[in-house]
Amino acid sequence: MNIFASPVGMVHYLMVGAVLFVCGIACMATKRNILGVLMGIELVLNGANLNFVAFSAKALVKESTMGIGLEGTVIALFVIALAAAEAAVALAIALSFYHTHATVDVDRGQELKG
Amino acid sequence: MHEFLEWHSCFFYLFALLACGFAVAVVWAGNIVYMACCLAASLAAVGGLFFLAGAEFLGAVQLLLYIGGTMVLLVFGVMLTARRTLNSLTVGRRYWVLTLFVCGTLLGMLLMVLPGVAAWEELPTKTSPVGVDKPADLEQLGFALLGVRMDRTGVPEAAQRGDFSGYLLAFELLSLHLVVVLIGAAYLARAKRHVVRAAHQAIAGPF
Repeated sequence: MNIFASPVGMVHYLMVGAVLFVCGIACMATKRNILGVLMGIELVLNGANLNFVAFSAKALVKESTMGIGLEGTVIALFVIALAAAEAAVALAIALSFYHTHATVDVDRGQELKG
Repeated sequence: MHEFLEWHSCFFYLFALLACGFAVAVVWAGNIVYMACCLAASLAAVGGLFFLAGAEFLGAVQLLLYIGGTMVLLVFGVMLTARRTLNSLTVGRRYWVLTLFVCGTLLGMLLMVLPGVAAWEELPTKTSPVGVDKPADLEQLGFALLGVRMDRTGVPEAAQRGDFSGYLLAFELLSLHLVVVLIGAAYLARAKRHVVRAAHQAIAGPF
């Protein structure tokens, strides 16, 4: 029970953010479904958001030097709003792709017309 | 001498395990619906991590916007573009090998470098748990979005105070951006009937 009794620092949050980021990259690279690529993008943005929140948490940083405080929270808020907007546009593109190609396979979209 | 369980550490490991496990499940799943459900669970766990780090407003926004908005959008997209059977589109083995090599290298590098940064090593003491007697964060966030940094008024030295200007311009630009995105997405996703029928006939063949 030693691991649960010691306090959790900033590095633990950053490691979770790193795992999310790498899983998002793997998802973007290996999915043929265009919506799968979108899910990878969401994972990447969440990993970055977790990093911002970890840097802005007051209890996880040294008092004087590090710590961005409120700026991390505001940046993470903007990232969430921008990610939602980008997901909406990407889904509209995916629907348009499906309307023209009758499939969501990104490997089919090899000609630049249509 | 008994060692008590630190509730913050327990919940952190629980949420971290959920977030990372479901993120790996998103990569590993073949079915698009499984991926959507695992992604929703992973984002909810990340919202829980936001709560633990002390950013409660951000955790609530994450749950609202990501689970309630973006995931609903994704599920709509999945259901609107589903074929008769949700067959899994897979890539070849060489793509998986290359991806696992690159992503494994990146993850290994990050996990090795992160504990070595000395400035991040200060662990919170056991007597000051996260989230107890903090100043009113939501009020400061609101004022910062309106253009005034209220969290910087308490610093006596003028050299370390920094700028008082907030994020009003970014807030307005983001609002404009959302309006443009709404209009653009609605225009892009309009149905083009004649092309759909022809494309479906070309794909499905005559039967």
